[in-house]
Parts: sequence; structure tokens; C-alpha cells
Amino acid sequence: MNSPADLLLLALFMAAVLLPAGPLGRYIADVMENRPLALLTWPRRLEVHLYRLCGIRPEAGMRWTEYALAILLFNLLGALATYAILRLQPWLPLNPQGFAAPSADSAFNTALSFVTNTDWQGYAGETAMSQFSQMAALAVQNFLSAATGIAVAFALMRGFARHALDQIGNAWADLTRATLYLLLPLSLVLAVFFVSQGVIQNLSAYPDAHTLETTRYEQAASDSTGRPQIAPDGKPLSVAGSTALQTLPMGPVASQEAIKLLGTNGGGYFNANSAHPFENPSALTNFVQMVAIFLIPAALCASFGRVVGDPRQGRALLWVMSLLFVLLAAACIHYELQGNPALAPLGLDAAAGNLEGKETRFGVIASALFAAVTTAASCGAVNAMHDSFLPLGGGVPLVLMQLGEVVFGGVGSGLYGMLVFAVLGVFIAGLMIGRTPEYLGKKIESFEMKMCSLAILVTPLCVLAGAALAMSLAAGRAGIANPGAHGYAEILYAFTSAGNNNGSAFAGLAADTPFYNIALGLAAWFGRFGVIVPVLALAGSLAAKKRIPPGAGTMPTHGPLFVALLAATVLLVGLLNYVPALALGPIAEHLALFAEH
Amino acid sequence: MTRKTLALFDPALFGPALLAALQKLDPRRQWQNPVMFVVYAGSFLTTLLWLQACLGGGTDRPGFILAVALWLWFTVLFANFAEALAEGRSKAQAAALRGMKKTVNAKKLAIPDAASAWQSVPAHALARDDLVLVEAGDFVPADGEVIQGVASVDESAITGESAPVIRESGGDFSAVTGGTRVLSDWIVVRVTANPGETFLDRMIAMVEGAKRNKTPNEIALTIFLVALTLVFLAVTASLLPFSRFSVAQAGAGSTVSPTVLIALLVCLIPTTIAGLLSAIGVAGMSRMMQANVIAVSGRAVEAAGDVDVLLLDKTGTITLGNRQASAFIPAPGVSEAALADAAQLASLADETPEGRSIVVLAKTRYHLRERQLHRIEASFVHFSAHTRMSGVDMGTRTIRKGAADAVRALVEAQGGHFPAAVAQVVSDVSRRGGTPLVVADGKQVLGSIELKDVVKGGIRERFAELRRMGIRTVMITGDNRLTAAAIAAEAGVDDFLAEATPEAKLKLIRDHQAQGRMVAMCGDGTNDAPALAQADVAVAMNSGTQAAKEAGNMVDLDSNPTKLIEIVETGKQMLMTRGALTTFSIANDIAKYFAIIPAAFVSTYPQLGRLNLMGLASPNSAILSAVIFNALIIVCLIPLALRGVQYRPLGAALLLRRNLLIYGLGGMLVPFAGIKCIDLLLQLAGWA
Repeated sequence: MNSPADLLLLALFMAAVLLPAGPLGRYIADVMENRPLALLTWPRRLEVHLYRLCGIRPEAGMRWTEYALAILLFNLLGALATYAILRLQPWLPLNPQGFAAPSADSAFNTALSFVTNTDWQGYAGETAMSQFSQMAALAVQNFLSAATGIAVAFALMRGFARHALDQIGNAWADLTRATLYLLLPLSLVLAVFFVSQGVIQNLSAYPDAHTLETTRYEQAASDSTGRPQIAPDGKPLSVAGSTALQTLPMGPVASQEAIKLLGTNGGGYFNANSAHPFENPSALTNFVQMVAIFLIPAALCASFGRVVGDPRQGRALLWVMSLLFVLLAAACIHYELQGNPALAPLGLDAAAGNLEGKETRFGVIASALFAAVTTAASCGAVNAMHDSFLPLGGGVPLVLMQLGEVVFGGVGSGLYGMLVFAVLGVFIAGLMIGRTPEYLGKKIESFEMKMCSLAILVTPLCVLAGAALAMSLAAGRAGIANPGAHGYAEILYAFTSAGNNNGSAFAGLAADTPFYNIALGLAAWFGRFGVIVPVLALAGSLAAKKRIPPGAGTMPTHGPLFVALLAATVLLVGLLNYVPALALGPIAEHLALFAEH
Repeated sequence: MTRKTLALFDPALFGPALLAALQKLDPRRQWQNPVMFVVYAGSFLTTLLWLQACLGGGTDRPGFILAVALWLWFTVLFANFAEALAEGRSKAQAAALRGMKKTVNAKKLAIPDAASAWQSVPAHALARDDLVLVEAGDFVPADGEVIQGVASVDESAITGESAPVIRESGGDFSAVTGGTRVLSDWIVVRVTANPGETFLDRMIAMVEGAKRNKTPNEIALTIFLVALTLVFLAVTASLLPFSRFSVAQAGAGSTVSPTVLIALLVCLIPTTIAGLLSAIGVAGMSRMMQANVIAVSGRAVEAAGDVDVLLLDKTGTITLGNRQASAFIPAPGVSEAALADAAQLASLADETPEGRSIVVLAKTRYHLRERQLHRIEASFVHFSAHTRMSGVDMGTRTIRKGAADAVRALVEAQGGHFPAAVAQVVSDVSRRGGTPLVVADGKQVLGSIELKDVVKGGIRERFAELRRMGIRTVMITGDNRLTAAAIAAEAGVDDFLAEATPEAKLKLIRDHQAQGRMVAMCGDGTNDAPALAQADVAVAMNSGTQAAKEAGNMVDLDSNPTKLIEIVETGKQMLMTRGALTTFSIANDIAKYFAIIPAAFVSTYPQLGRLNLMGLASPNSAILSAVIFNALIIVCLIPLALRGVQYRPLGAALLLRRNLLIYGLGGMLVPFAGIKCIDLLLQLAGWA
């Protein structure tokens, strides 16, 4: 297993995540529930003006149907606006490189992907998106999709907290408050910090730099349609090239970087994402980036405790998330430190670990940890090529996503996803103590089970149906870069990432084709709102129920037993769906790799 | 109804159950259980695949497909059998009930006068508000209310209790049930139920229809099971393209066959719980029946498991029905023995329970034997509401016992003196919740007797048990607060409602319900009816009035108020059994994956053979073993489903840990052993 030194970074990281969770969570709960805060007298005035301008009555509660309609409309408009900006790119300002408009299917994919907090990128930012598109289309959705997640999470929290009321809050007020008091100020602070560390922030054209050496390289050969060419033996073809010129892409990176992480969006300014030195220059920024990803999802657990009036309930959820995360992150680090046995005959020191596809600035441990963080949270920012991870090292990110993005998970979505699992776990276990199951004093009955089942069903159906379709169609098989079980893993990873709104890529898969753009865009959309609508329905039905005071006969939902139960539920329900798929991908590959060498 | 209890596996029930299991293969019946319907469809498909293989098509050996198909059919049949067995027990109970519906002729009266002429009509022709005369030896033709007369009635057919009960007009003992028999005297009964709506009819309908209406928790659980089934349907369906793709990529092996996919699907979906779900519900009702409680619906039984607050009448439930003498407190200058002696003499002819208890106390305390009444030349003075005293005149002695103020008046009228110390004792006893009686001999006050409520033996422990179950007990009494508090403290209830009026009871229930609590109560009087109607679980005593029985959602045939506790336990058992089997069913999937996944894909990726942790002999035997285990586990768990998981009042946290260990961890480990054993047997038989 790992030596303690290998886990030091993990330990430091967990400390940096868990320490601020309590105070930040309480702050979020207070601003979202509109409790008076001395800090906010001036912004509150701004908030009131905003409402007046838009004709919103923030104190007017919405029933779940109204709330869901508001959220859907808001996001639909966001998708349309994003699509429009991308397609009109050549005629809009701040396009120093004169990029053309992305294709219709690429713009469709990008719009849905950013609105749903997935941020799957079928394009390379520095060669496709103008600075205006990055700022006005993508960065804006980074804020709004995160605010959507937080709003829905609070609607569900209120469902648990309220006693026989049918309203779950005002969607417009929730969206406004999440953006105004949480996402904007935190992003501002983080962006300034990134600038101080060397992350670029400008609106310049791309300068050319003359390199000292001529760089010779091999690149994958692609045919006229951009598909990689595969040799008859199944290996990709490559062609040689050389250059002494390097174009340095520029743009407002720091401001976008901050919300990319805080909002668990993950869409990089550059194609290389957080592996690019302009996005993530040093080990320090790398550490801060990882903490920024978990910051709000961890804090929201504490917000939950505060809203339902029992901090222990929030801590229990945080424990479950931490437990699952530490186990899986340690496994990922373990497998990546092993080194690739296939490379050993070439004289590579296996003790250095698997460095293929990783930045030497970060090394194996920080890269593996980053991969675990970005997939545990539905962020999807990457600082290494997950495709180059060893089979089980790359299997960990896959598993973390397949658990439904509830191990910290997306901003808001992680919490509501985890609460759905909690309701499910309480239902099964609650029956075993001989009572109608109840969670936080709310009876779990058939309507709640219907909604939870829907929320749990939608994502695996999107993932499995999408992957099955891709493997059955020539258009889907065309994108694969690697043969065998690994090629299978590439497709599975893409749909897992989209359906669970993660957005990280295994790379390898050439996904900027009409088939993948449309299929993955739809998987992201249904994976997001197919969960949000039942979650809001759950919130509405819970809010209307009486809150039964706890007694000796009610199951405690804050102790170690509950933590174990919930972790087991997440693992069982989350993973049972994917066991066969995992066996055909990473497990088969792992067994083959270590059996052959 | 006979009190014969059916053994869990009465051989007499086996044959009909086997037949019913086959009859239940009707697709319309199967459709009612969506999870088992998937197995049913799978059985059909594999049978077709076998036929196809016999004709030379397909990839698998026909023998293997046939084996899988047969075991899938067995899975369906085993689930049918479990349900049929549970229903068989209920039907036997219903048949016993129906046997009581004798075709009797009723003596129908035109006017409510026993002496008027009657005409003979068949019982089933009686309608509501008809008047009938029932005389000694007659069966009561229908449920009704006594409006004239008094009779002793043998209700053993309903309650199993052989001692006859008195039924009379007015008051709380006016209800009679059809099918019972009048032993002596006569009564005029006004029929309160139309034909087909009588208590007996409802009991039979309830017992027979137990499985038709699903309870709320059963519905919620079914939704969850259907969702799981859908997910696994998607998982197995997507495996076909996955496998085809993998075979193309690896260039080795063959695509996973439909037979294997169906086997995997059936093993993964929660067949264990789905197959036993309705049997659990039917068995729960049946257990209630055996406890002599008739519930109007399964929903009521299930609600009993959720009860948070139990309202219990003091008298008869917490205390013995009557007050009993507990101490002799002599006046100054009188020995306790002398007081006891006088008190005993005064009570010899007193047949009231209070009077008997004084004699008993004197006997146990001072070994004063009961004197022969005829030997002592005594004339007894019986209690009257006017004098509020009773006693004995024996030669010169005139011993009286009675209420303090009555005795004081008597003594002072004779020129005697009522000692201040006795007055003090009298007020102390009252304050403690007891009833003081004062004994005087002539004009001398001898002292007082303390009568008090006697809390039933073991009831305190019962309440402690309920508290551990998370149920609050509230005592309802018409006594004043002081008395109520004293008894509440002694009995160990959590709370009490003193000077209870029907309105106060109703309000108490509503208050608890407004906080989200579920309230159970039992009652027998007409004045209990509003509260019974409001309570979530309302147990009416069979001895109670028709109004109370109509208002309740359960009737206790034994009229035993402490039965509520048993009812709650049965409700909990039903839920626990469902939860335990669901957990077990899901946990089983881990082992089944380890059996089937390597078997299904080892031809494509030989290295996946490493996942064959159980070392199963061959891919075919691995798949077959998993399918066989899946079928047999249903049979193995039938006793558990019918008997129910044992409930222990441990508190939620402990109970959960216990059951999680047994059914969660057990559910993960058992199939590893089970599948391995079956595989070994298959090997031995040479079928591997």
C-alpha cells in the first residue's frame, strides 16, 4: 500500500477542505435563507434594486412545479444565449485571432455542456473560441450553472426543514443570492490570487515566440474529416513534423479559472486545461485549485446542517463524502505510483511511478490526487491525461463519476445527489427497524420513492444507452484512438462524464464529431435536468409533510452507523449498475497488463 | 372460530399451495408483480431459445439452456408457492369463519315489544333497523344492538372465550354479534348491518382479500424494486453491444449469449424480496388473526408499526379493574389486628371486589380465616347508595365500614368522636390517589382501610419495553390529577390525561397528530368512538359497543387492551421482514456478479478468469449455480417471510446495527458459500 509520505498531500488537502467547510457553510445558509448579516448591508441594497428591476418578489414562495419551471426556463434561455453567441462569434468583438464560428453541432454540444455544469469540451479553447465567447458565453454559464445547482440544493434542504408547507423558496432569489454573495466574491478573490501566481489575464492577440530549438514531433494522422487514421494493425497512424515557432495563446484566463474550479465547471480556457502553465503555473496554484473544487460542495453539507437545524446531519454527509473520497483517492495514488510494467523492459524506473501524460511540475501524486478530486466533484478540470493513467488508476475517476457525482460532487448537485442516496438508504434500512422509514422526521413514502428512483435511474440509463449506441454505430466507433479494452473505456468514460455532468475527458476519443457532439450534449442535458426535476418534486412533497420529532424509535441519521450505511448504499446502488461495464474496461485491461508483464 | 393455530408448514396446506402455484402462472396474475414478471418473461424466452437450440440454432448447448430455463421456471413457481402458502393459511382461517355463518331463521318483530308476535325470516333477509327477538338457545342472526332485555351470550365462536357474557340494553354492553348464541333469557335486537356487511362478513372479506390492496410501504418498496429492475434491465441490455464491441476489439471469444444475459438479469434483479413480498403481507395479517385481532385493512396493521404514542385507559389496562384494600391504618389506641378483624367481619357478606379484597388482605396479613357465616349469628347490612355504608350487626356489636363523612355522621350521631388522626389519614390516603374507608364499631372509630388501584403485574416492564421501542405511553383516566399522577408514577407511563372527557381525549390525539406523531388507542365505550375514529390505530374491544367497533380499524376479539403492544410488534415485524429481505436481496448481487461476469466474458478476456473468486468449475456451471441459488433462496426464506423477522425492543440504532449485520453482511457472504456448494454438487453430478 502507499507509504505515509505518499498520503501526506492527501492529508493536507483534506485538512484544507474540511477546515473552512463549517464557517463557509453557515455563511451560505445565512445568505440563502436571507438572514441578516452585518457584512452585507450594501450588497443587500443592490439585491433589492435588482429584484425591482426584474419585477421579482423574492419573499414569494414557489411550489415545486413553479420552481422547476423557473429553473428549466432559466437554463433553456442560457443554452439559447450561449448557442447564439458561439454561432455569431465572427461578428462579435474581442476576437483577435479571427476565429470562425464553431459548427452547429459543436456549438450545440458546448451550449448544453456549459449550461448543465458539465463543461465537456469537444473543441480546443485557444483555437476555437474568441475571448468574447469565453467571457460572455462560457464564463457566464459557469456562474449560472453553479448557481442553479446551489438553488436546487437549497430547495431540497428546505423540503426537509419545513413543516407542512408546500413552498420551497423562490428560484429567482436563490439564483441571485448564490451568484451575488457566494460565487462572485469568492471568484474575485481567487482570480486575484491566480494573477499573483502568474496566471494570465489580458485581452491581447496571440504573440509568436521563436523557440531556441527546433521542435520535432510526431502527430496523429487524421483524414480530411478530422478523424484519426488507424493502421491495419489497429494502431493509430502518425506523421512527423517540426517547428521553431510557438504561438502563445492569450486571454482573460485567471477570471475564468476561478469560477471553473469554484463552480465545479471544469471547462478550461485552453485545451490542456489545468495542465497548461498559463492556467495552473505552480504546485501552489495546483493545490489551491484542488481545494477550490471541493470548497463549496463541502461547505454545502454544513449549510444543510444549519438549514435543518441539526449540524450533525450535515457532518454525517461530509463524513460519508470524505470517507469515500479518501479511499478512492488513495487507491488512485497507489496505482499511479506503481509505474507501467509494459515500460519496464525499456529501462524505465518503475519506482518513479506512471509519469506518462503527467506534468513534471506536479508529479504523480498531485496529478493522481487532482484526477480524483476533479472526478469526485463534478468538475472535470484536468491537470493530466486520464487516458494515460494505468487501467485501475484511470478506473478510479471512472468509478467516482459513476457513483453519481455525490462524493462532494458538483456545486449543489453533489449535495442533492447525496441526499437522494440518503433517502434511499434510509428507506431500506428504515424498514429494518420496523417503521415507515423517515429521514429528518419526514416520512419516505411512495411518491418520494418514485422521485428518488427516477433521479437514480436517469443517469445510468443515459450513460449505458449512450455508450451502447456509440459502440453499435460506426460513427461512434470511429472516434476511438486505442484498441481493445482501452478503447471501450474511452467511450464509457465519455458518456459517464457527460451523463454525470463531470466534463472531464479520458482524451483519446475524438469527440468533436456530429455524433458525439449531439449524443454527449443530450446525455449531459438529461443527466442534469432529469435529476433536477425529480429532486425538486421530492423537495415539494417533503416540504408538505409534517416533521416528526425524533424519538428512541427513530433511526439516528448522524452516527457512524448511518455513515457506514450511506457509504454502502452509494457504493452498492451506484456501482452495481456499472460492474459489468467496469469489468470489460479497466479491470480486463489491468489484469491483462499485469499478467503479461 | 376454532382456536386451532395452523402450524407454519401445515402439510394440509401444501397440496393446495402447489396447485395454486401452477394456477398463478396466468400472465395477468404475474403482471401484478413487475419484478417477477421479468423472470416469467425470461423463462419464456429461454424456453424458446432451447427450442431454437434443439433445432440447431444458437450458440449454447441445448442442455445448458434447458437447465437455465427450468430453473427460471422454478424461480417463478417458488415465488408463486410462497404466496399461495401464505394465502392458504388465510383461506383456512376464512373457511373457519365462514363455517360460523349458519343459515338460521330469525324471529322478526314488527314492533319493539318482546311479547308481540314474530314471524320467521331467514337471517340473510334481515336489513338494517329490523327488529328481532332472540331467545335462549337461538343464534343471534345479525350484528345488532340490544334494545330490550338482558341475556347471557356465548361469544366463544368469535372470541374463543368460553365464559358467557352479559348483553343488555343501554350502556356499553349492548352490542351483539351475528353468529353468537343466547344461553339464557331473551333480548330484542335492532339489526345494525345489512346482509353482507356484518362484522363476520367483513372479517371474511378482510382475511381473503388480504393481498389485494397493497399497503403504502409495500407500494413504495415495489417502486424501488421496479426501479432496480429497470436499471439492471438497462445494464444487461447494454452488455450485448458492449460484448459485441469487445469481441470485435479483442478479436477473441464470442459475444455473450442471450441465455447468459437473461440468467444474469434474473440473478441481479431483486427476485428474493419480490417473490416473497406479497407472502409477507398476507402472513402479517394472518399473524394478527392468530392473535385474535381483526384488522379492517393491511394498512392498519402496517400503521401499527409506526405508532409513536399509545393512549391507554387506566382501568382494565394499567390497573386491575377494581380497587383493592392495601392497608389497615388503625385509629390511636386501637391495634391493627382489631381493626382488621372488624373490617373482615364487616366485609364477609360484601361480594363486591373491594369487599373481597378486604377479606383477602385480613387473611394474608393476620391469618384471619374466613368465618363460617352461619355460625356467627349475624345480620348483614348491605351497601346502599343512601347510607354509603355496609356492615354487620352481631349481638351488641354494630360494625360499619364506609365513606369517611358517612361514618363520621353516624358516629357523631351516637355521641362518639371522630379522631383527628383518622381524619388526617383519610385526607392523606385521598391525596395519594387511594380511596379511604373508615371502620367504626358502635360509636368507636377503629381506623381506616386504604383501597387503591393495583397496577397490573409486569405492566411497568411492558412500558419500559415500549419506551425502548420509541413509543410514549399516555394513561387516560377520569380520576383527578393527584390520583392519576400517583398511578402514572407507579405504572411508569410517560404521561397521563386526568379527568378525561371525550373532548379532551380527542384534543390530545389531534395535538399529537399535528406534531406528526402516530397515535394508537383502544376503547370500548360509545364515548370512545370519536377518539377511536381520530386515532391512527384504533383497537376496539369486541366486548364494546357497536359504535366503538365501527370507529376503530381493528377489533380485538379477546377484549384485552394490552394487546395493543402485540399489535404494534406485529406491524413492526411486517416492515422489518420486508426491509431485511430487500437488503439481503440487494447484497446478494455482489456474489452473483463474481459468479457470472467472469463466466460470461472469460472467452473474450481470459484474464477475467481471475475474478472467479469462488473457483467455479466452468462458465456454464457458474451461471447455472447462480441461477439455482437464486431460485432456492426463495424457498429457503419462505419460513422467514411467513414467520417474520423477530422483533426485539432494542431501540432503533441497535436494531439497525443488528439487522444490517445479519441481512446486509450475511446477504453478501451467504451466496458465495451457496453458489460454491451448488457448483460442487453440479460437478459431482457431472453436469458442470
